[in-house]
Amino acid sequence: MKIVATDRIGKEHIVEGRDGWSVMEILRDAGLPIAAECGGACACATCHVYVTDGWYEKLTPPSDAEIDMLDMALAVEPTSRLSCQIVCADELDGIKVTVAPE
Amino acid sequence: MSTPIETDVAIIGAGPIGLFAVFELGLLDLKCHLVDILDRPGGQCTELYPEKPIYDIPGLPIVTGQELTNRLLEQVKPFSPTFHFGEMAAGLERLADGRWKLKTDADTEIVAPVIVVAAGGGSFVPKRPPVPGIEAFENKGDGVGVHYAVRKMESFRGKNILIAGGGDSALDWTINLAPLAKSLTLVHHRDGFRAAQHSVNQMRELEKSGKVKFHVASVKAIHGDENGALNAVTLAGADKKEWLHEIDAFLPFFGLTIKLGPIAEFGLNLHENLIPVDTARFESSTPGIFAIGDINTYTGKLKLILSGFHEAALMAQAAFHICKPNEKLRFQYTTSSSSLQKKLGVNA
Repeated sequence: MKIVATDRIGKEHIVEGRDGWSVMEILRDAGLPIAAECGGACACATCHVYVTDGWYEKLTPPSDAEIDMLDMALAVEPTSRLSCQIVCADELDGIKVTVAPE
Repeated sequence: MSTPIETDVAIIGAGPIGLFAVFELGLLDLKCHLVDILDRPGGQCTELYPEKPIYDIPGLPIVTGQELTNRLLEQVKPFSPTFHFGEMAAGLERLADGRWKLKTDADTEIVAPVIVVAAGGGSFVPKRPPVPGIEAFENKGDGVGVHYAVRKMESFRGKNILIAGGGDSALDWTINLAPLAKSLTLVHHRDGFRAAQHSVNQMRELEKSGKVKFHVASVKAIHGDENGALNAVTLAGADKKEWLHEIDAFLPFFGLTIKLGPIAEFGLNLHENLIPVDTARFESSTPGIFAIGDINTYTGKLKLILSGFHEAALMAQAAFHICKPNEKLRFQYTTSSSSLQKKLGVNA
């Protein structure tokens, strides 16, 4: 599967996802500016992305823990998600995300 | 200004690695002072995930961030470290005698031959909303401009206040400042809050009585007058519609994030905000300044708590030779050494 990720300067990156990995891990390893301070524990909101182009609705809805964490994120939009909570899977092939501002 | 504190080792950061460094240094009779911007020990472990279980601490199959911190505090107790909480390591200078002077933002001065940077990702600082030009309205004095904390409630009396956020701090300050304020508006990105239920209920009561206005909205722009004083913000609602909202003070409460902070200005060699070290001593390229835990980098580095523990042990050996150049280091085991056991206050 592929992830289409737009960074903070608007540049698009197409990166190969890995089944079972989180989108955060893929973006971080691809060198996108994802701090992921807590290492994927849904505890810091520094892997905040906007899920665009209709992909938001295709995701499993956020857990209460993620909704709580998004309350402490900046510049939250209706399609905000924490990328550590999105797990790569074939049905997400082509998912579009934009890294949220710091 | 108070007189500087003299000690063997000044440690920046009281997270798990800073704490374990106290233990390893203590076994070698080196005394420590620790500085941490947070108001309690544990660093990320207690600030980000106090209740989350950690499964990869050797010998502790499951332990929470808070429990690990408590255990480490118990372990270092015999060495009576001195903690300087709520203080940020702000400056470092080399003295003529070769020792270092570490200054904090609270004007504490610690003089020591060895500095250990165990600062993780840096300092926990309030999150700054991504509003262009917001910095210009920070530190403008009591009750006006942008504040990330409330120090003097009274300074907000009679002011038009805007609070942003949906956590406990945002709601607590909404509830506390509403009676004093001329007007108080709360904005959050959704009509729901992660704060304690009784706080949410209280806020809803204030909203009903008209003391608090609540909007599902976010701050898009910030405006000041020709003297640089804050006078309004542009808010955008869920429908993207924007409007101007006049205020005297803006209080964003989005929790903390980690920034490297003043360590970047210490004159240390940095690589992508990390301090390169050698893997025999864990010393930076500046002699006498060591870096252990998440803040350092070297070939093969893994950001794991257990790696930091190892780094602390090797650092302590090197630090001993700097602090006590004329003494021979006697390598001993806690299981068999009666002198170590005496230091630990245990009787074998």
